[in-house]
Amino acid sequence: MTAPAAPAAPDQPAPEPAGPVLSASGLHVTFAGRGGRAARAVDGVDLEIRPGEIVALVGESGCGKSTLARALLGLVRPTSGQVAYHGRPLDYRSRELKRFRERAQLVLQDPSGSLNPRHTVYDAVAEGRRIHNGATPDEQERVAEALSRAGLRPPERFLLRYPHELSGGQRQRVVIAGALILDPEVIVADEPVASLDASVRGEILRLLMRLRDDFGLAALVVTHDLGLAWNIADRIAVMYLGRVVETGTVEEVLSAPRHPYTRALLSVLPEAGQEPQVLAGEPPDPTRIPGGCRFHARCPVLASGRAEAAGVAERCRTEDPGPLPAGGAADAACHWARAQAAGG
Amino acid sequence: MTAPPAAGATADAAPAPRAGGRRPGLPPTVRYLGGRVLTALVSLLAVMVTSFFLFRVLPGDPVTALTQGRAVTVEQLEAMRRDFGLDQPLPQQFLDYCLGMLTLDFGTSYQYRVPVSDLILERLGPTLLLAGTGTLIAAVLGLVLGTRAGWRRGSVMDRVDTGVALTLWSVPSFWLGLLLIVLLASGAGLFPTSGMSTPGVTGPLNVALDVAHHMVLPVATMVAVVYAQYMMIMRSSLVDEAGADYLTTARAKGLRDALVLRRHAVPNALLPTVTLIFLNLGRVVSGVILIETVFAWPGLGSLFYSGLRVPDLPIVQALFVVFAGSVILMNLLADLVYPLLDPRVRT
Repeated sequence: MTAPAAPAAPDQPAPEPAGPVLSASGLHVTFAGRGGRAARAVDGVDLEIRPGEIVALVGESGCGKSTLARALLGLVRPTSGQVAYHGRPLDYRSRELKRFRERAQLVLQDPSGSLNPRHTVYDAVAEGRRIHNGATPDEQERVAEALSRAGLRPPERFLLRYPHELSGGQRQRVVIAGALILDPEVIVADEPVASLDASVRGEILRLLMRLRDDFGLAALVVTHDLGLAWNIADRIAVMYLGRVVETGTVEEVLSAPRHPYTRALLSVLPEAGQEPQVLAGEPPDPTRIPGGCRFHARCPVLASGRAEAAGVAERCRTEDPGPLPAGGAADAACHWARAQAAGG
Repeated sequence: MTAPPAAGATADAAPAPRAGGRRPGLPPTVRYLGGRVLTALVSLLAVMVTSFFLFRVLPGDPVTALTQGRAVTVEQLEAMRRDFGLDQPLPQQFLDYCLGMLTLDFGTSYQYRVPVSDLILERLGPTLLLAGTGTLIAAVLGLVLGTRAGWRRGSVMDRVDTGVALTLWSVPSFWLGLLLIVLLASGAGLFPTSGMSTPGVTGPLNVALDVAHHMVLPVATMVAVVYAQYMMIMRSSLVDEAGADYLTTARAKGLRDALVLRRHAVPNALLPTVTLIFLNLGRVVSGVILIETVFAWPGLGSLFYSGLRVPDLPIVQALFVVFAGSVILMNLLADLVYPLLDPRVRT
């Protein structure tokens, strides 16, 4: 990745005029950790998901991306900061939360676990509608419609099946059908294909993209897999130790990564065609977030002296580069990258 | 890049035909049922054989015990031995025993001189009444408390409920029974000290009330001592379920917490408890030997106790087989009910 694509390609779509469906601002989620130390799972995140847009949230396991996903759906209450739905702060009173949950749906990693083993496909898909609309005469019709939208055709053959009778891919389609029956505006998918066979992954990802294209569905896809993000996402946010460290369109971030962490992640992909850069140092621990730049202890740029050459090494060790704004412009929370950009 | 989206999108959409895995011959349901019934019969046979030898290993000679303190001649002792069949060589006794068991002829009691089957039938009702009521109350109480504790694990309520249950569980039932008798029966005079009925009470309603009055203390003793096991099983299987993703999914769809518990968590957490309940239903017949003895309840438990003292071999042998047989039967029923409750076992 020597020749970076032009940061503002001419065919880049104009920014969406509509406001974000779901957004986080200054979001912190802290858990009481072992031994009284607080784990800052999410440590100041601004993020926006706009209508008809797939945002990939990428990071190592334990970086807080699943917690962020759950906080966006109101399943975890933020310690500070807020989640907003169409610009209005999320209301955690049960009646308001229920209304919100009709519009935003969750898809989890393991479809075997996210389906109740004793409920038929019909029960699983109809559940959301029953919660919000009660039992209606057109229920069966709607269930069948949701199943075929999720790619399970003919739907009648699946209605009375139990999850254990289906393949992994079929189960994940059932989970997605259960989300689609409510005509949601946004889906938060936490590693939606990580537990599936490689042959099935592509199909599920294509389904998500088709839902975006045909129904204007917005989605946040949490993944540790940059290749997956490249394939389906419009925008990408790279997360490290509770903070988004680089953000931008997929092309911007993946073809011209600025943050040393993103570069390291990309370098280990087999397609990268460059020397894999294995990160040294301790794995990230959210109970002990280092001062200065949270990545500095493992940062290859700092270790190799290039940060010193750019004159930012001291700032790397002592000054937090701060959270990135949710605006969407390509940006990296890195003193060195900013110095490079400023210096030309 | 692991997921080339160019792969065919419809290959997964067709339901996989479930032709594989089916063996020729009997349909799977019949195979399942047949297997379980066969296992149960083998267990029952093993119990029968064990029962014969187990009580002959016990010290004590029935003839000596029954004639203790009385002047009897050697001829009379010989006659009794012949009468009981104890003069035969052991293999012959075993053969007679097996033939009797297979024809449901349990022999005649040494001490009561009546057929054992009559004794068992006469004592079965009181035992079923006492232990059945106790098991039912203990199971319901345990399931309700266990659900509460498991759903709010680590809360003050969980700790208090669990602590109380485990304390009572570790109390010997005969001691608790005696304590209740001393405090509430002979002490405060609120309840009768023993037996199942007061002589001279007539009229169906009065008899029922009288029996219920006699039941309070033995049932309370039994419930207090055994409800902990239902509670702990329910609690731990609910704790196992509490982390399940499908509960998160249901919550994310907007289902209220109470309904997540009732519709999703409890039905699944009940599955392991079903086996326990069935096993304990089997043990209802063997009653609660100690409790029946302490409260002089005229059930199978006290019959077993009286048979054991002699040893009255026909009684203890038959009761052992009946007790074990009812556990085996209920276990079999649990296996047969399980597929109805859990679709995963069905195929």
